[in-house]
Amino acid sequence: MHDKKRKNYNLMVGGIITGLMLFFILVGIFYTPYDPNGMDATAKFAGISFKHPMGCDNFGRDVLSRVMKGAGTTLGVAAGTVFIGTFFGVIVGAVTGYFGGILDEILMRVNDAIFAFPSILLALVFISLLGSGTYQVVIALGIAFIPSFARIVRSEFIKYKNMDYIKNARLQGAWHLRIMFVHILPNTFTVLMSAIMIGFNNAVLAEAGMSFLGIGVQPPQASLGRMLSEAQSYLFRAPAYAIFPGVVIILMVLGFSLLGDALKREE
Amino acid sequence: MEKELLLQVKDLNIEFHDHLIPETVVYDFDLELREGEIVGLVGESGSGKSMSALAIAGLLSRRDMKKRGQILFEGRDLLSCERDVLRKIQGNEIGIIFQEPMTSLNPVRRIGWQVEEALRIHTDFSKEERYQRAIEMLQSVELEDAERIYRQYPHELSGGMRQRVMIAAAMICNPKILIADEPTTALDVTIQAQIVELLKKMNREKKTSILFISHDLSLVRQLCQRVMVMQGGYVVETGSVQEIFDVPKMEYTKKLIAAIPKVVRKSN
Repeated sequence: MHDKKRKNYNLMVGGIITGLMLFFILVGIFYTPYDPNGMDATAKFAGISFKHPMGCDNFGRDVLSRVMKGAGTTLGVAAGTVFIGTFFGVIVGAVTGYFGGILDEILMRVNDAIFAFPSILLALVFISLLGSGTYQVVIALGIAFIPSFARIVRSEFIKYKNMDYIKNARLQGAWHLRIMFVHILPNTFTVLMSAIMIGFNNAVLAEAGMSFLGIGVQPPQASLGRMLSEAQSYLFRAPAYAIFPGVVIILMVLGFSLLGDALKREE
Repeated sequence: MEKELLLQVKDLNIEFHDHLIPETVVYDFDLELREGEIVGLVGESGSGKSMSALAIAGLLSRRDMKKRGQILFEGRDLLSCERDVLRKIQGNEIGIIFQEPMTSLNPVRRIGWQVEEALRIHTDFSKEERYQRAIEMLQSVELEDAERIYRQYPHELSGGMRQRVMIAAAMICNPKILIADEPTTALDVTIQAQIVELLKKMNREKKTSILFISHDLSLVRQLCQRVMVMQGGYVVETGSVQEIFDVPKMEYTKKLIAAIPKVVRKSN
C-alpha cells in the first residue's frame, strides 16, 4: 500500500516537471522574448532584471530566449538519439532473442564490442568520421545507444518466446515476424518504456556534454550544453548565464528519470 | 461404414539432439484419426503423449524427428511439406488447446483479439465479420455476456473461462482436428466435466475429430471412442474404450484403470 503511494508520487512529480519543460520548449518554438541570436552590446553581461529575467551573455544575447530555444535543440537531439537507438535496438534485440543460434552470437558479439566503449567516446569517433553538427550528433549518439536497447529487448524476447501463448500463436500458423512484433513486442513495452526514459536522460546529458566539448551543436545555434560551455569563461562575471541552462538540464533529467522510475515500478 | 481417414501417423520417432547422446522420447508412434472420432491418449507423466501431440501440431523442430516417420494429414506429409503449407494447416485445419489456461493467453491482448487471431492469419474477413464470428464462437463455448468478455483481458477471467476462450480460439476456423493436451488438468472437477461436455458438443455439432490427451482415465472413458495407452515412449495398447476398460491386456493398463478413484460407500 505504501509502495503504491510512492509510485504515484514519482509519476506525478515526474509528469509535472516534464510537462512544464515540454510547455516551456513548445512556447520557445513559437515565441521568445528576444531574438535568441540577436546581440545587444549595451546589455552585455546584464544581470537578472525584468527586461532580461535570466540576464544576458557575453554578446548581450538574452539568456531566457536562448534557454528556450536551446532546450528545444537538446530535447530534439535526445529524442532523435533515443528513436534511432530504440528502433534499431528493438530490431537487433528481437532477431537475436527470438531466433538465437549463430546469428545471435554474431550480432551480440558486435554489440558487446560497441558496448565496451563508453558511449561518449564512441560518439566522438563517429563525429570525427562524419564531421560535427546537430544531425551528426544525433546519428553518432543513436548508434552508441543501440547496444543497450538491443540487450534489454533481447532478454525480454528470450523470456517470452517460450511462453505458452507464443507457442499457441505459432500453432495458429502465425509467421515469425508476426509473432515477434505483434505477439511478443507489446509484452516488452513496460520494460522498454523505462529504458527509453533512462536513455532519454543519458541522451540529454550526452548532447550537453558533447556541445560542451565543442563538437556537438555549432554556434550560433543555442543548445543547453553549448551555453554551459560558453558560460564557463564568465562564471564570476555573469553567474546567471551558467546557472539557468544548468538548472534546465537538471529539471529535464529529473523529470524524465522520475517518470522512468515510476514506469519501472509499474512492471 | 468406414469414415474418411483424416490423420495418419506412421512410425513417428522423436529424439532430441541437445546432448552428446541423442535422447529418444517417443518410439514408433502410430495413430489413425478418422472424421468425427475422439481418440484418447493416456499415460503417466513423461510417457511421451504431449510430445507426440506437439509433433503432430508441428511445434517440434523437424530435425528432432527421424526420417522414416510420417505424419499424413489428408494425404499430405506434414514432416516433409513446405513450411507455408504447414502454416496454412496450423490453426486452420488443426487446432490445439494447452493444459495451462493461465499461461496460454497473451496477457497484454484483449480476449477478442486473441480469439480472432487465427481468422486474421488464415482468412481475409473484414473487421466486422471477424467480430461477428468471434462473438458467435464465444457464445458457442457457453460464455455468458460474450460482448463484454470480448473486450476483457485474460487476467479478468477465471481458469475455466480462459479454457473456454482457448477452445473458442482453437475452433474459430472450424478445424478438422482439435488436439486437446490435458485441457482439464489445471481445472477443478466441476469445471472439468463442463469442459468435457463442451468438447463433446464441438465434436457433435462441427464433426471435429479430437485427440484427447489426459492421464485421467475416467474422463477418457466419458469422452473417447478409442484409447491409446502410452508408457515410456511406446504405445503399449490400443483399442476401443470397451476393450481397454473391460479386458485390458497389458499389466500397465490394468494398473492405470485400478488407479481410477472409486466411490465406495462405507457400510456400518
